[in-house]
Amino acid sequence: MILTGAEIFTEVLVEQGVDVLFGYPGGAVLNLYDALYAYQDKITHVMTAHEQGAAHAADGYARATGKTGVVLATSGPGATNLVTGIATAYMDSVPMVAITGNVGTSLIGRDSFQEVYIAGITMPITKHNFVVRHVEELADVLREAFRIANTGRKGPVLVDIPKDITAAKANFVSKQPIFPVYETKLDPAELAHVATIINGAQRPIVYFGGGVMASEAGEELRTLLEKAEIPATYTIMAAGVLGYGEALNLGLLGMHGNSTTNRAVAEADVVIAIGTRFSDRVALNTETFAKKATIIQIDIDPSEINKNVEIDFSLVGDVKDILAKLMPLIQKNTHTDWMECIHTWQAQDYRPKDDDSRLMPHQIIGTACELAGEDAVYVTDVGQHQMWAAKFIHHLKPRSFLTSGGLGTMGFGYGAAIGAQMAVGNNRPVVMFTGDGSFHMNLNEACTAVSYNLPIITVILNNTVLGMVRQWQTTFYGKRYSSTDPHRKTNFVKVAEGFGAKGYHCENLAEFKAAFEQALQQTGPVWIECVIDKDEKVLPMIPAGGSVENIMMS
Amino acid sequence: MNKEVLSLLVDNHSGVLTRVASLFGRRGFNIDSLTVSATDNPAISRITIVVQGDEQIIEQIVKQTDKLEETREIFALDPNRSLFRELLLVKVAADETNRSAIREVATIYKAKIIDLCMESMVMELTGEPDKIDSFLDMMKGYQILEMCRTGITALERGEAHHSFN
Repeated sequence: MILTGAEIFTEVLVEQGVDVLFGYPGGAVLNLYDALYAYQDKITHVMTAHEQGAAHAADGYARATGKTGVVLATSGPGATNLVTGIATAYMDSVPMVAITGNVGTSLIGRDSFQEVYIAGITMPITKHNFVVRHVEELADVLREAFRIANTGRKGPVLVDIPKDITAAKANFVSKQPIFPVYETKLDPAELAHVATIINGAQRPIVYFGGGVMASEAGEELRTLLEKAEIPATYTIMAAGVLGYGEALNLGLLGMHGNSTTNRAVAEADVVIAIGTRFSDRVALNTETFAKKATIIQIDIDPSEINKNVEIDFSLVGDVKDILAKLMPLIQKNTHTDWMECIHTWQAQDYRPKDDDSRLMPHQIIGTACELAGEDAVYVTDVGQHQMWAAKFIHHLKPRSFLTSGGLGTMGFGYGAAIGAQMAVGNNRPVVMFTGDGSFHMNLNEACTAVSYNLPIITVILNNTVLGMVRQWQTTFYGKRYSSTDPHRKTNFVKVAEGFGAKGYHCENLAEFKAAFEQALQQTGPVWIECVIDKDEKVLPMIPAGGSVENIMMS
Repeated sequence: MNKEVLSLLVDNHSGVLTRVASLFGRRGFNIDSLTVSATDNPAISRITIVVQGDEQIIEQIVKQTDKLEETREIFALDPNRSLFRELLLVKVAADETNRSAIREVATIYKAKIIDLCMESMVMELTGEPDKIDSFLDMMKGYQILEMCRTGITALERGEAHHSFN
């Protein structure tokens, strides 16, 4: 049938199973919005306060579901406002399709009103991007964008569509979405060799990351750990893959990981790295990281092998697939001495102390978890609260801890929480932990949560300062607090109310508990401000470039 | 530091060179020279890149470039099995006192004189980069007014390389 470009756009969205997208209208996308108007019964469009919020929402939606998140923005500033959101998704390998309008093809290159070369701008932060030049290619380009975003190592793809293309007409033939099965080609000898190394290990450890989540390989991972009694540690991208209380789950690794996990990696004779990329927040010093170990890496992206740390053996392919193929070759095993050693270290680990006279971050997070229940989805911004959340949330399921790991985007949280709540529905609580610094960046999105009746519970850990930067200033810069104490006078309760949301202010745990219980009963967004001490630190900490010998416990 | 000549077959789309260059810029890979050329297939272009780096960096360059959607194939050329050529145009100050001396050098190197005027001459030389270097060394004894090297273009000896569809 003959359709306009805008109709083709909506048809392909339907074809690809998109029922929600996030965006903000404007001149160059008027035709696309006009087509969406006609498709309201099939596709819900969530209009945010700012395009950045829409990009983070598409990202949060994708993280919570594994489906491709979709964001739509107009040309020029609409497109550039997506940049931080696209880069955030790129660093964390989140499948996203970003669609931008552009000025008409006859106006391109003439510095026209709201014209920007967004394909050039986003080249280094997308898996791929397209500029559509002819309406005839629009449908296939969009299909290709969805395929690229959600296959192999996932990531964002941008499609830039000039305005005249959305008005032009072409023949459209509907096609079923193709998701090519990722084929893992393994050399059986290599696989057997890797299994021999694992079987012969005395002090093995699994270090895993977001790739395990992306591959939905949690069960395969657990089977490996239990069969061979191998303890495991994870990066922040993989929080929730293993349960909090599982015996072989040692917890977070790296700069703010436990002392035990970092010691275990330093002392291990075999490190099995799964779906992870040896970032500088984990392999803080690439020369000393896992120095005593034979390192095996399993990852879908061949360019991750030997990128930061030299690898002894690698298996490239889909993590779930590889683990399944590896399993029959792994012998049932125990590592009693090694586990005993680890338990001794665990007894010496840093533990925060409860203090009922004031609000302590770990108690706030612990209480929120107890009340929100096991079904909750947690979202964070970036900074101290993010690290506390990663360490102290007790029960997490896969895809229920959404955080900006690689890019470390302050202001990520509220948009992502909107995306998550749209994804999981209002029956599952979405709890966002944020700091007063991060929250100030994008709290404008509260209006979106109000408009769409999203009962997001925002817990603001307010220490009145930029806590993480200040912590570094305390430790490394002689307490010279340059620009980390802005003396803001924001009244969060009033601001919440101003937006049409509900706000609470708490100074002790009993107040927090009461506020949180009430928040769970609300049908719209709630902010709970928690006053905490500005000298509270995230501990332990290994300084950048350091190793476990440099760990700081105070 | 090794020098490596990489041959890259890419989709002949507008912007593909920007994409490759952007990747090199972002990852901090150093390019010595880069040439883009047509192939016998109009849908595919060949980019020949000379890069410097240790083994680990070269491995990263190859793998990262291979990840680009528009990369069909990338491979390092084995110097023992490959042909490397470069074209040089050089304009040298020359008058009646030294013209014949310069011409003598040109003859030895099989450089062609393609332009001549009272004060200068322009020579053209094709060859392996070493030969060009050595010719330019000889020319340093004279006054080089302007020059331009194309950078390496290269092909493997023998049969066609891999898939070319």
